[in-house]
Amino acid sequence: MAVELYLDLLSQPCRSVLIFAKKNNIPHEVRNISLMDGEQYGDHFGKISLIRKVPALRDGDFTLTESPAILLYLAQKFQTPEHWYPADLQQRARIDEYLSWQHCALRLHGSKLETETELMIPEVLHVEVPKEKMEAAVEQLSGSLNLLEEKFLQDRPFIAGGHISLADLVAIVEVMQPVACGLDVFGGRPKLNAWRDRVQAAIGKELFDEVHQNILGSQERVKEMDGSMLESSKANMLNLFM
Amino acid sequence: MELYLDLHSQPCRSVFLLAKAIGIPFEFKLVELSAGQQYSEEFGKINVMRKVPVMKDGSFVLTESVAILKYMLQKHSSSLADHWYPADLQQRARVNEYLSWQHMNLRAHGSKVFLLKAVFPVIMGSEVPKEKMDTAVQDLNQSLQMLEDKFLQNKPFIVGDKISVADLVAIVEIIQPVATGLDVFEGRQKLTAWRDRVKKALGEKLFAEAHEVIMKVGSLPQQMQNNSNLEMLKPKFQKLFS
Repeated sequence: MAVELYLDLLSQPCRSVLIFAKKNNIPHEVRNISLMDGEQYGDHFGKISLIRKVPALRDGDFTLTESPAILLYLAQKFQTPEHWYPADLQQRARIDEYLSWQHCALRLHGSKLETETELMIPEVLHVEVPKEKMEAAVEQLSGSLNLLEEKFLQDRPFIAGGHISLADLVAIVEVMQPVACGLDVFGGRPKLNAWRDRVQAAIGKELFDEVHQNILGSQERVKEMDGSMLESSKANMLNLFM
Repeated sequence: MELYLDLHSQPCRSVFLLAKAIGIPFEFKLVELSAGQQYSEEFGKINVMRKVPVMKDGSFVLTESVAILKYMLQKHSSSLADHWYPADLQQRARVNEYLSWQHMNLRAHGSKVFLLKAVFPVIMGSEVPKEKMDTAVQDLNQSLQMLEDKFLQNKPFIVGDKISVADLVAIVEIIQPVATGLDVFEGRQKLTAWRDRVKKALGEKLFAEAHEVIMKVGSLPQQMQNNSNLEMLKPKFQKLFS
């Protein structure tokens, strides 16, 4: 029986889940939830997840949110190749370490930059973002990328060692978010560049590009967006990012 | 095994509690945060990110409490009761879901309230602006509501009938704002009942031992004022208040 995946590919964690499902031939059905149209606030989705965030999974009666939990569930249930989440205790710990760290680091900083500087706040909500805040956001992202290179990669091909794992998958989709905003994240970072190429090759360029199609075309669409639809999220967004 | 800890820190308490609760012997290495010991050269060699907790098992060094907890649980799985980190697919997914969600929700919000109440006045030399405090408390309330409505529902513990590592991680975060005098349990019967069950499952004595220093947080300002490194620490703390 196919699992249902509630996704919006503009969202980083939705992309890691879809890439994982497709790469591993996990039988799944995608249910699109358009964040820009506020579909996460609809009655239907509320029954799937009280938290009203994507991605969400439904497997029969069982619903699950949070991409790291979904990825681990799929890996365990469908017995995916070991390298995604190795049995070796220390390799596994390296992946868990990354999955934990990234929430308040790369994920937060990449999202903040997107929202504050490039997309949501100035373009859609028509609120000016002070220059110092933009600069601080870029600096924070830079700090996270430095740690990704210096602490999590070091001289290894992938975060856990010789093979791609859930950690690299979760990392790459987050790195792509500011890239989609036009930020040259890879400039002056040969190590990150080389890692990105390896991750893309391991996933398969076609699949990688397919899943990133939406976000890479989003800059134009955002300019046409009607900010009034986001009034309910406005306060939250300003609170979180300003 | 060495654990680098300061029990003022929530993730240090969850690691401390689990190790003690399941009987893993360890050497407690104090890293006094209010004295800025995390910025020492020595500690920088242990953890470049200068955060606690850190675990050192032989030559293997691991950061991030969630990773450390999972490492301990999996390393000792054969001698552990299953309920701490259940082998069942769906129950384990519930644990992972909570461990993921909490970073940017209960942990973030509880920490913010704590920092604004206990640390801000010392560093900034003035009370927190009311609006800032109100927003922080509001966010915390939302997270607590989600813990009750989505993660607990009408179950005794997050996963079901028995305590798991998810409850441990949750309770230590909640005590942080509580220690500053904010009674989050007032008017929340479900939360109070759950807290009592968690304390009982861990053992009241152990719970009290882990929370001894944070409950004395009233004396933190004095400790910090006496610290000659305070001027150096100020800019680092200021970043946390934004």
